[in-house]
Amino acid sequence: MITFDRDPDSYKHWTVEITNDKATLYLDVSEKDGIRPGYDLKLNSYDLGVDIELNDIVQRIRFEQPQVKVVVITSKQEKNFSAGANIYMLGMSEHTWKVNFCKFTNETRNSFEDSSNSGSIKFIAAVNGICAGGGYEIALACDEILLIDDRSSTVSLPEVPLLGVLPGTGGVTRLIDKRNVRKDLADIFCTNADGIRGKKAVEWKLVDYIAPPSRFDNLIEERVIEVSNSVKLRNGTNGVKLHKLNRIISDEGINYESVLSKIDKERRIANIHIIGPGDNNLITPNEAEKLGCEWWPLKFARELEDLILLLRTNELEVGVFTITSEGDTDNILNVTNILENNKNNWFINETIGFLRRTLSRLDLSSRSIFTIIDNKSCFSGILAELLFCADRTYMLNNSLAADTIKGPYISLSDLNFASLEMVNGLTRLATRFNNNKPKLNTLRKLINKKMNAEKAYNEELITVIPDDLDWKEEIRLSLEERTSFSPDALTGLEANLRFPGKETCETKIFGRLSAWQNWIFNRPNAVSEEGALKLFGTGTRAKFDNKRV
Amino acid sequence: MTKLNYKEKIPNNVDLSNDLSLQRALEHWQPKFKSWWTEMGPEGFQTSDVYLRTATSVDADGWATYGKVKMPEYRWGIFLNDKVSDRKIHFGDNIGDPVWQQVPGDYRSILRKLIVTQGDTEPASVEQQRELGKTCPSLYDLRNLFQVNVEEGRHLWAMVYLLHAYFGRDGREEAEGLLERNSGDIDNPRILGTFNEPITDWVSFFMFTYFTDRDGKYQLKSLAESSFDPLARTCQFMLTEEAHHMQVGETGITRMIQKTLEVMNALKSDSIDAIRNAGVVDLQTIQRYINFWFSSSLDLFGSEISSNSATAFANGLKGRPDEMRYKDHSEKNNSFTFEGLSLENTLVEQTIPMRNAMNEITRRSYVTDCEIGLKRWNRLIKKAGYDIIFTLPSTRFRRNIGIWAGIDSNPEGIIITKNEFDSKVNSWLPSEGDKEFIKSLMVQVTKVNKTAGWIAPPSRGINSLEIGYEYVELRQ
Repeated sequence: MITFDRDPDSYKHWTVEITNDKATLYLDVSEKDGIRPGYDLKLNSYDLGVDIELNDIVQRIRFEQPQVKVVVITSKQEKNFSAGANIYMLGMSEHTWKVNFCKFTNETRNSFEDSSNSGSIKFIAAVNGICAGGGYEIALACDEILLIDDRSSTVSLPEVPLLGVLPGTGGVTRLIDKRNVRKDLADIFCTNADGIRGKKAVEWKLVDYIAPPSRFDNLIEERVIEVSNSVKLRNGTNGVKLHKLNRIISDEGINYESVLSKIDKERRIANIHIIGPGDNNLITPNEAEKLGCEWWPLKFARELEDLILLLRTNELEVGVFTITSEGDTDNILNVTNILENNKNNWFINETIGFLRRTLSRLDLSSRSIFTIIDNKSCFSGILAELLFCADRTYMLNNSLAADTIKGPYISLSDLNFASLEMVNGLTRLATRFNNNKPKLNTLRKLINKKMNAEKAYNEELITVIPDDLDWKEEIRLSLEERTSFSPDALTGLEANLRFPGKETCETKIFGRLSAWQNWIFNRPNAVSEEGALKLFGTGTRAKFDNKRV
Repeated sequence: MTKLNYKEKIPNNVDLSNDLSLQRALEHWQPKFKSWWTEMGPEGFQTSDVYLRTATSVDADGWATYGKVKMPEYRWGIFLNDKVSDRKIHFGDNIGDPVWQQVPGDYRSILRKLIVTQGDTEPASVEQQRELGKTCPSLYDLRNLFQVNVEEGRHLWAMVYLLHAYFGRDGREEAEGLLERNSGDIDNPRILGTFNEPITDWVSFFMFTYFTDRDGKYQLKSLAESSFDPLARTCQFMLTEEAHHMQVGETGITRMIQKTLEVMNALKSDSIDAIRNAGVVDLQTIQRYINFWFSSSLDLFGSEISSNSATAFANGLKGRPDEMRYKDHSEKNNSFTFEGLSLENTLVEQTIPMRNAMNEITRRSYVTDCEIGLKRWNRLIKKAGYDIIFTLPSTRFRRNIGIWAGIDSNPEGIIITKNEFDSKVNSWLPSEGDKEFIKSLMVQVTKVNKTAGWIAPPSRGINSLEIGYEYVELRQ
């Protein structure tokens, strides 16, 4: 089983050095420590294991080192920054592995930008050697790229000419969308295996600054000082230690404290059950910081993230996530309002960021998501996001049941209208209504109000409201129907329906780029015995089917 | 909410008194059904006492309990044939698996569609026939009409039961839709074309119950094979009643022929004018009505080559009528050869996968079944000394659905030009003149023991009662 939590004492591929408000991450990939057997991680090339460590490192810096404003990513290997994703690993991996690998690495890259855009850490890539493919894509995800001008170090995206695939971790998109590289120059750059160095790299906007080896460290220092001045919310002192998750993995499911799951392999359904916050979580930000990763919002984000990652990677045949919850609606609303009212506190800001990125992982999961609101549920505030990231919601309608049963209820919070944006830059509510402003203004008036099924349905917040007698059967039928459809068609359908409206760099990466890449990954020109990806390194030329499709 | 006594009000064997979900659904639907019946049911007889058969249980005694009742107070019930324990799927891809007591989610929409399509025909025929009471040839026939009507109503209930009990909210919406669509309504018609034509004369009514209700029989027989057990058991029980409707059709046509032959013998003439002047229907016109109703009923079986029928068979949703008579119940790799249509509109032998031919296979069984009545009628004619022989037209004749749609052929099935078809159509199908003539015969007869002149009295009464019994007590 692939797991995603790491112990800092056991990092194999990175070392971290922290000085004042700077953290330097040195990449030094251990060749023999691939996460799966069968390939050597030469030339600082990476696989999923390297990226899992990177994700863990950055996450820990966010919480444990609240004084760090800038992260510098560089290499410990002589004249070699990174050769990118390991080609032999890609060549031998099954399709699902490649797709999951790309998704996770993309999410990690995006998280750099997410931090940078939300008052948290900024990132600088100090490219001190050859930087190719996925290596350059790590750099592209940083705020600034510094390239050593030693007459040999280049940046390059050699995937097309060498491997017959695309740079799949956002490279193509970030060149033109983020760095404004002209498209014709990008065309030359992406078809040139040798890469571009020095001044020309700056002129083409491929990097921001260059310096000869003797001045390179100075350049880094200068840029760190400059960049750190623009960081707003990294003013903590004590930090919050991210302790080991309290997790029990069994055949039936994976259980944490605030998140439980049941995996029904037979029916191919995983139930994610959230236990809402108790009232001991209704405390000041300072008290919350002391409580640390025991504070419900952070605990929930960590546990949900871990669960999503484990399910996505290890339970490939589970096609539907049902999301349920139990708890006190007032508590979750109040906890949400603590976040809302203290957004300028570094810890709160990081917690919101963690929640934002975790919920995004759900939006980007290629699983059907049905959120189910029954008598015990507490889908309000933060947890209301789970209503809107779902493909469908089912809410129990008790209006015909005995008079003694009230509820269940849902409520909106301010936080549902800002701060928990999806990768399209819009909140889930805005996305749900394709950014219809009058509709959103109407919904704002309902903030903190309790809505039962009929009310929530009339406000267009819920998909189906079966009554108490239909409830079980309605859900059973929907789930059975869902799991009978083609998994591929559902993945395509959901990925399209979940993101109406405008595009962003990220939606293009997860939509356009990934879809094309996944297509290419399935094509003989890349993966047949005579395909470019398979033949890389053998000296034999790939044989292409030359029909353009 | 007032508690209904369910067992009393709605005879059933589905434990309605303990099924809250079903009760709640029916409490919404039943008033709508009642008002539908009042508005769209038999016109002018809602306060009459009618001698009707009511099903009160599924056993031999219970399925036919007789008594006089006002139609709006008829006790429409819900009955399924008894459960066979350990019943297994016996055709398609999942042979040997246990049958389904619940709707599998994967087949939810397709099963719902099958049930809705079947269900839609039941109230449709009541609507089509609502004017017929005004021209009934006798009280006996009037009673038979109403018996057919209330049982079609019960068949609607049976389908609504399945929708309510197994399809949740969607099912309830569809159940209401069954009452909202109306036969012949331009904006909201019944699903199948044939069910939108009003039936305004009794010759058509008898033809309908002989030919179109027989399509119903074959559809029910296919559904009675279904792996969705509640559907299978519901349809099995409906078949008993459906058989009686066809009986109404067959004896009706027989009596009409008898009367015509009687008149022909008295006149000692087979001149059509003479026969018509004597107030009975000439055999040639009857043949044209047979041509019309047989051919429109054929369309109800669907296209000769059908992917839907293949899906329904492979998944075990809808079998062949009397599936156990066939040797191979999977038919996965078998093929079916029939005379099809070439690109040049000529006949050509065509071979298709067997599963795609299920509609055609069912249609053929139907045709064979239809022929039985014709044999009996031809015997009557022969015995009376005439050499006219009734025949069924070719299955290619006058089709609107399937590979023969839009192809002009004569009743023998030979492909002809449109011009030829148009010039001869009046000798093959009822003309305006035929319809006018039939209409002129339709006079209401409601005196006890009297029968209209164009049809012979029945040979025996209902439930061993005499023919002259007052089967319907009219109250104005």
